[in-house]
Amino acid sequence: MAMTLAQKILQMHTDEEVREPGQIVECSLSGVLANDITGPLAIKSFRAMGARKVFDKDRVFLVMDHYTPQKDIASANQVIVSRNFAKEMGITHYYEGGCAGVEHALLPEKGLVKPGDLVIGADSHTCTYGGIGAFSTGLGSTDIACGMVLGRLWFKVPATIRVNIEGDMPRWIRGKDLILRLIGEIGVDGALYRALEFGGSALKDVDIEGRLCMANMAIEAGGKCGLFPSDDLTAEYCRAHGTSDPMRLSADEGAEYERVVTMNVTGMEPVVACPHLPENTRSVSELSDVTVDQVVIGSCTNGRISDMRDAAEVLRGRKVAKGVRCIVIPATPAVWRQAMDEGLFEVFSDAGCVISTPTCGPCLGGYMGVLGDGERCISTSNRNFRGRMGSLESELYLASPCVAAASAVTGVITGPDAL
Amino acid sequence: MSFTGKVHKVGAHIDTDAIIPARFLVTTDTRKLGEACMEGLEPGWVKRVHEGDIIVADRNFGCGSSREHAPLAIIGAGIRAVVGHSFARIFYRNAFNMGLMLLEVGDEVKKINDGDTLEISPEHGIIRDLDNGAEIRIPPLSPMMQTLIDKGGMVNYVREQLKMRGEAE
Repeated sequence: MAMTLAQKILQMHTDEEVREPGQIVECSLSGVLANDITGPLAIKSFRAMGARKVFDKDRVFLVMDHYTPQKDIASANQVIVSRNFAKEMGITHYYEGGCAGVEHALLPEKGLVKPGDLVIGADSHTCTYGGIGAFSTGLGSTDIACGMVLGRLWFKVPATIRVNIEGDMPRWIRGKDLILRLIGEIGVDGALYRALEFGGSALKDVDIEGRLCMANMAIEAGGKCGLFPSDDLTAEYCRAHGTSDPMRLSADEGAEYERVVTMNVTGMEPVVACPHLPENTRSVSELSDVTVDQVVIGSCTNGRISDMRDAAEVLRGRKVAKGVRCIVIPATPAVWRQAMDEGLFEVFSDAGCVISTPTCGPCLGGYMGVLGDGERCISTSNRNFRGRMGSLESELYLASPCVAAASAVTGVITGPDAL
Repeated sequence: MSFTGKVHKVGAHIDTDAIIPARFLVTTDTRKLGEACMEGLEPGWVKRVHEGDIIVADRNFGCGSSREHAPLAIIGAGIRAVVGHSFARIFYRNAFNMGLMLLEVGDEVKKINDGDTLEISPEHGIIRDLDNGAEIRIPPLSPMMQTLIDKGGMVNYVREQLKMRGEAE
């Protein structure tokens, strides 16, 4: 049978024959992830199951990233639960403090996820690893606990929406613009329960960090996962991050898709999602009268080194507009170090940015840049639900680091071309 | 093994706040949650339910939050199964993980009338409305799903697996 990427990867992890969407299959897992917020819930279920050990201490990942360094007593107490559990179970990949980064940036960077893997995480943006051809999805605490104990879990085979990206990639268009445009076209429930599978002749112009960004936001269209083939770019990325012989993967010719969406990127303008849903998209030039109080450049969507370089390229020799806070958050310690070594911090500092240590922080209204009543922010993160970054009266716009940085300079929503 | 129960029909897009409003999330006790089942849809709704009854829902039942309290409240109310046009993804997982049987039937859900008695044979994938004679055929419940239902949910299932291996506390 000709298979989609989703069917192919599930088949690699089960003895049952994967036939059709809707079928339930039991699969073996490559990795199980939880963070400082969701870890304690999964650990509670783990205890209720009467378990004494995890299925594989090298394949359970605990990343204390949402409020790191711990922002208050409650978050510090939460981390203690995971820290003690990690010690008790002898978990290899427990990350805290100077070792912790935003989980979905950290795992691929450390080579803990590779093409063909099947990964579950107690975080809705676990779908990020589809960027390197891994089937990964976010689940609830009981599922995660089961995964931690047995290393196996049941999956419903998803139908697939194929997205073909065609045309010539314009100078300032990034993965973020493509995924925002797609969500604008199909809606926040356009891929409900389905797998998104990306292809097309312009895929070669989307680098791996751009693909991770796009897969990250599959959930914002309701998707179970967002899958990219594992090609030359993937192999190069994985080898540079510790996977010696990464698997090549592509969908079979003639695989059955529920729907095919084609996006021609020729002449495309950067895209911005307006409050309060990621599907409320506009071209950047339509929003030139929207002023901003804060700019956030970071998150599991856009906190990687290419994002830092994009922001620095726009900000070099320029200043953040008076009255605007521009907060730059490299997603992991390695990105932070690389940005420093490349002199990007000098650019950010000269421009008047705040440079943070790695954290999810403001993306979910945690800390390190929470919005007050009536404040407006343009952010490179993935969700702009009402109150997501703070006050219910605040407004959040989503864009690429290029657009966010240009907006920091002018104080209004601006494309980098307009500077 | 087939079973019968009285039908309580509900509409489309019944979300987790309708199933169990947030103000009742102060407990994880199944029976207590059950006392507030569907309280966000219609106050006192649960009073009409008897042990073993069946909810029949239109499309996208269980949309909204990932709270596992929602299927627990339905179980706590004494509902044996939910037959639906379709279910929201996270609710679908949570339901079976908590031990609640869901049966997805698509447009055929229209054949079932409120207040009728249903006979469900999950292993054969047959649902019969004993009052109007309608019969709906769906793929049989997969062995994995049936196991989760039989064991009363994922926690018990895993605990039993561990006991068999001599690894549980």
